[in-house]
Amino acid sequence: MVDLTVDYLGMTLRSPLVASASPATADVDGLRRLEDAGCAAVVLPSLFEEEIEHYALEVDRILMTGADSHTEAHSYFPDLYEYYTGPERYLDLVERAKRAVSIPVIPSLNGVTTGWWTEFARHLQDAGADAIELNEYVVAADPNLSSASVEERYLDLVREVEATVDIPFAVKIGPFFSSFGNMAGQLVAAGADGLVLFNRFFQPDIDLDTLSVEPHLTLSDSEDLRLPLRWIALLRRRIEASLAASSGIHTVEDVLKALLAGADVTMMASALLRHGADHIQGVERALVGWLEDHGYTSVRLLQGSVCADAAADPSAYERANYLQTLRSYSSDRI
Amino acid sequence: MYAIIDGNEAAARVAHRLSEVIAIYPITPASPMGELADEWSTRGETNLWGTVPEVVEMQSEAGAAGALHGAVQAGALATTFTASQGLLLMLPNMFKIAGELTPTVIHVAARTVATHALSIFGDHSDVMAARSTGFAMLAASSVQEAHDFAAVAHAVTLRSRVPFLHFFDGFRTSHEMGRVALLDDSDLHALIDERAVLAHRALRLTPDAPVLRGTAQNPDVFFQAREAANPHYDAVPGIVQEVMDELAARTGRHYHAVDYVGSTTAEHVLVLMGSGCGAARECVADLASRGDPVGLVTIRLYRPFPASALAAALPDTARRVAVLDRTKEPGAVGEPLYLDVVAALHAGGRGDVDVLGGRYGLSSKEFTPAMVKGVLDSLVRADTPRPFTVGIVDDVTHTSVPPDPDYTLEGGEIRAVFYGLGADGTVGACKATTKIIGEGTELHPQAYFVYDSKKSGSITVSHLRFGPDPITSTYLVERATFVACHQFQFLERIDVLACAADGATFLLNSPHGPGEVWDHLPREVQETIIAKRLHFFVIDAHSVAREAGMGARINTVMQPCFFALAGVLPRDEAVAKIKDHVERMYARRGRPIVERNHAAIDAALHALHEVSVPTAVTATSGRLPPVPADAPDFVQRVTGRILEGQGDLLPVSALPVDGTFPTGTARWEKRMIAHEIPIWDPDICIDCGKCAIACPHAAIRMKVYAPSTLEDLDAEVLTKPFRSKEISGYNVTIQVAPDDCTGCGVCVDVCPAKNKAEVRLKAINMRPAATHRMQERVRFDAFLCIPEAAPDLLEPGTVKGSQVREPLFEYSGACAGCGETPYLKLLTQLFGDRIVIANATGCSSIYGANLPTTPWTTNAAGRGPAWSNSLFEDNAEFGLGMRLALESHLHEATRLLHDLAPLVGEDLARTILEAPQTSSVEIETQRRLVEDLQGHLAGVGGEAAGQAARLDSIADDLVRKSVWIVGGDGWAYDIGYGGLDHVLASGRDLNILVLDTEVYSNTGGQASKATPRAAVAKFAAAGKATGKKDLGMIATQYGDVYVAHVALGANDVQTVKAFVEADEWPGPSLVIAYSTCIAHGIDMATSMSHQKDAVRSGYWPLYRYHPGADEHARPFKLDSKSPSIPFREFAAKEARFAMLERVDPERARELADLAQADIDERWRLYDQMTDIERTVIGTEREEDWD
Repeated sequence: MVDLTVDYLGMTLRSPLVASASPATADVDGLRRLEDAGCAAVVLPSLFEEEIEHYALEVDRILMTGADSHTEAHSYFPDLYEYYTGPERYLDLVERAKRAVSIPVIPSLNGVTTGWWTEFARHLQDAGADAIELNEYVVAADPNLSSASVEERYLDLVREVEATVDIPFAVKIGPFFSSFGNMAGQLVAAGADGLVLFNRFFQPDIDLDTLSVEPHLTLSDSEDLRLPLRWIALLRRRIEASLAASSGIHTVEDVLKALLAGADVTMMASALLRHGADHIQGVERALVGWLEDHGYTSVRLLQGSVCADAAADPSAYERANYLQTLRSYSSDRI
Repeated sequence: MYAIIDGNEAAARVAHRLSEVIAIYPITPASPMGELADEWSTRGETNLWGTVPEVVEMQSEAGAAGALHGAVQAGALATTFTASQGLLLMLPNMFKIAGELTPTVIHVAARTVATHALSIFGDHSDVMAARSTGFAMLAASSVQEAHDFAAVAHAVTLRSRVPFLHFFDGFRTSHEMGRVALLDDSDLHALIDERAVLAHRALRLTPDAPVLRGTAQNPDVFFQAREAANPHYDAVPGIVQEVMDELAARTGRHYHAVDYVGSTTAEHVLVLMGSGCGAARECVADLASRGDPVGLVTIRLYRPFPASALAAALPDTARRVAVLDRTKEPGAVGEPLYLDVVAALHAGGRGDVDVLGGRYGLSSKEFTPAMVKGVLDSLVRADTPRPFTVGIVDDVTHTSVPPDPDYTLEGGEIRAVFYGLGADGTVGACKATTKIIGEGTELHPQAYFVYDSKKSGSITVSHLRFGPDPITSTYLVERATFVACHQFQFLERIDVLACAADGATFLLNSPHGPGEVWDHLPREVQETIIAKRLHFFVIDAHSVAREAGMGARINTVMQPCFFALAGVLPRDEAVAKIKDHVERMYARRGRPIVERNHAAIDAALHALHEVSVPTAVTATSGRLPPVPADAPDFVQRVTGRILEGQGDLLPVSALPVDGTFPTGTARWEKRMIAHEIPIWDPDICIDCGKCAIACPHAAIRMKVYAPSTLEDLDAEVLTKPFRSKEISGYNVTIQVAPDDCTGCGVCVDVCPAKNKAEVRLKAINMRPAATHRMQERVRFDAFLCIPEAAPDLLEPGTVKGSQVREPLFEYSGACAGCGETPYLKLLTQLFGDRIVIANATGCSSIYGANLPTTPWTTNAAGRGPAWSNSLFEDNAEFGLGMRLALESHLHEATRLLHDLAPLVGEDLARTILEAPQTSSVEIETQRRLVEDLQGHLAGVGGEAAGQAARLDSIADDLVRKSVWIVGGDGWAYDIGYGGLDHVLASGRDLNILVLDTEVYSNTGGQASKATPRAAVAKFAAAGKATGKKDLGMIATQYGDVYVAHVALGANDVQTVKAFVEADEWPGPSLVIAYSTCIAHGIDMATSMSHQKDAVRSGYWPLYRYHPGADEHARPFKLDSKSPSIPFREFAAKEARFAMLERVDPERARELADLAQADIDERWRLYDQMTDIERTVIGTEREEDWD
């Protein structure tokens, strides 16, 4: 019998197959289906800083609209006393999720600034979260903003969450840093217990009918694994933190590659949205089959065995490999 | 236990605790009582006996009184709240309730009854109209008394069975905030006799012990039966005192039916009731303490009138008594309280006392100690007018007694006045300050707020007092120790320092720092600062607020500055208390709100600077004149004085005797409230006219003209060739009225033309007013000189055609982005020179005719809409009366013209009588003919001269007139529905325009029967559970009524068509116009886009029901496509729907599903309606149907 268990953020999971944040993890019924399919842990959809701020500002704006402006109407809406503008409903989801499933529940906080909203990390902890995924995403649109100051914002946020909660938390980020490896190290030094590589986010698109800019998100495919694969391989054994591969995990092959590169867990979202929760069951069966076929007794044995420090040719993960690829690509076409 | 609350809340807290059924209907200034009761019940707060009171909103106050009557007959403890016309609508039921000796309490925020004008403010004309109903009447004169007497009234009505009208002065008490010692449950239990509660229940109508009430009686017994109740009334004064004594024993607050203060040997005594007693008490106490023989009798129980108590209360030494009535009864020997006092003193053996009657304080007119002193002084003189008035200068019938100009007296050690904008949160901050000081210190607080009559850019003035003793100064702050001006631009328009006492502190929100501000002050401000030796401070609150993410809400910045400068509390303690208050106020709304407020507070004190005041005035210019120098005489003499806040000083002779005012005055009031104004880009413009038709304030104008016209202008205007299929060789200009625009941005939102090089730009774009105002002012002046287009230049029944016509409704004070006003403006563009408008009370009557100015105006020929408002409930009937008068005149003019045809010319007479009057050109031709006729009539002499004079007086009515009956949904769906239905059934040529905002907008967004399912509104705080009434479909059932359902933002072409068809239809027409409103919780800049979504979702289908005589006529035409987006997509963008999701997600989902089902089902019905054939029955108008 192959041992599928892995360690992630200090937790022992039954397998490396984790459901990443997506609509598939947005309600308790979905979580139950995932658990039934063998999912080892679930990451809930993000509680967005902007969302909390938006609702609070909206309620405030509504109640203040026209308030105390006219003799006959000192307001235009009844004051309903209790408003769910903060994390109340999200916390409720966390609590219900914890009651509904026995696998670890990892809520996700998504934000860019330090301050009031990181208090919600504590609320998540109090609601029973097993760990937290801190999703950081800054578009440095201001050309006057230096990369150093952007990085500092990331680190400040990590420090603040680290000071706020006792449970482990992973940082989910994008790859767009001048020196990603250094940044990863700094995030871990700032308190992150793990890194989730990488987040996918809405990218703008232009509607040709209205000429308006619309947010757009496409589901990933296996090709998207290449980037996390490289960085997981490069970071494995070089930083002391859990590593999760979270883009382009669709098939057992993707899972295996990520694990070989050094991922502690592999996270699926697009695959679950396409194929449903039972997809996990199929991948797990295939994973066991491959491990057995190839003589592995456990996933742990496999993990990181092809990371940069363990691979036969580490330079394949670096720039030299890029040049080689480019040449071969060119020669193929000419 | 204390609370810092206003009079409405003080009364409502008791009423809610002591009631099982509460019937409500909104009316200023009583609405907050109903709103609070509804909110409390929605939250599950119970009455004294553990039951959540049933709160029901009715269709009118008459309905509320009916429901009240039924509830008390069925044994419930029931109450209601009302004022003014609302109380008048309750009168019939009040006679019944009292006649049946049924315990209940009506709480009244006493308000002026509309006479020559509506007034929302306070006096006793409403409650005096109720004095014959048989209700006992108890008058509270302070916020504390509104709380205590509410309990007394509920207790006594149960013990005596006599129903009570508990009243306090509208605004002065209902809206004044003060510290109120609250009655707790044990107090209320002690006052309420449980046996009386059970006795009331025992008398209820029940089939288990059936009785008969409400009989009809005959001459034989009615009279005796009427007298049978006398013992109950005789007992009331005693029971009132019994309860007041019980209250005193528990609280230490002693009251009597009649209370006396002043000298025990007073010779001159005042008698009055209500809030005026506060000012009177201050003055009398002051004078008596100096040995003056003066006193004050406060009447608390007014019915049954405590005659013997009054006689007993009056010192034996009294020689002259002045009875002050806060009401006017034209033609009476005296006002009601005066007559009561005269009769009571005679009956009590005090006929020797000389009693004078006087009027004061009508419509919340200020009543100050100086006026009280003036009245007392007049009692010394022999020539005091009888009756007299005080507080005004009556230079017509010379009734007024002057105040003592040298007498000042004012409570409170700290007296602060704050000038702010409605949108900047000043009033909210002042309320918070009042609570912080009232709850956190030993000081007694008082806060009162004054608003101007505009709904956009309104100026608010907050009057706050704080002192170690209870504050009874029931008048505005006169000698402020602290004045704050929260908007720098006010300095140019109003005298904000007039109320500043010598040595006061002046805090100014200024974009100019302490070193520069002096040179930016108008001359008068500099003079006052120096003369009064003011301590002057500035802060750039807008910058601080902006940086803290507070936008225009500078209140949080200004508030700590007040605390820092006024010295009420140590600075650190004050900041901590403000932050704590913010936490308590805003934590429910979300942490970001608290954080932003805290950031603003922290930043505020760092930005506060004292200004070193120079010793000399340096300014070369002064305040702006209130109106331009070329304004008409009346506008200069009267309107201008009101605009500059000097209306109180206008003498009686300055005012019209009958409430008639000139139109066209808004154009003289240059408010300049926009921070950004729209600037036209002719290179991008496609001449569609959408910006003009959507502009709520007629501040975007469109003119089409021959290019040569430009040569005659003094200044350049932007111009471009006009694209049109109808005409060629013309130019067009779109121009903003820069001083009248509110900056709402609706024009930009609707503009469909995008700049191809930069898609964020359109053919019209918002730009900073500060940098564009001067240039646009020059352009606008030149634009006005371009002649109006000839009426036949373009087909008027199109968007472009309507928009090149002159609007005769302009620059209203409606909310920025108002969804109603574009329809009214369009009405005037299409028919403005020949319409009479009956306008229901509501938003449209307020922005349409609340002094000082009116947006209704005239064209160059002096023609324009003739407008009047009768009441809220009778508007349809009011309009019908106008139509009948027109028809009567038309019939007589037709007959006279036939008779006089040989004298004025047979051809002329025939031409006039047979003239087609459909198009503007035809109507203009008819006008010329009628002028010709009048010329001939002037020459008719002899026996026919009398007939000629009669015809001349009504000859204008030979020119076609339209009557438009205009009002909101509160009127059309609820209170005025009976009349509206009757008018629809009349078959008369009338047009009804319903401006459907789906709530009572004017009173603050209470639900009406037009409110849709799932929407949150006041009186529907948990989301309205029932669907919207389909008024249009109801109207179609008559068959001969033209009905249109329009939304200008969704389909302006259909709207214009509907207006034209409605006007042309010779029978009744009903146009229901979707009107976006700030009560929808939307960004009003996108007002028209919301209308588009409302139609796309099927929420507001567009249709026209055009009755036809053809046998196979299909009158119903759907003008909108089948729904293309779900209700949820539309609703998610409107807070009225979306906020329920934030409060009760499950209910929100349920109601949203039902709302979608409503839409689906209605669409199914309408879809079937398009196939239905229907013919109008009757032949008398067949010739018109074609």
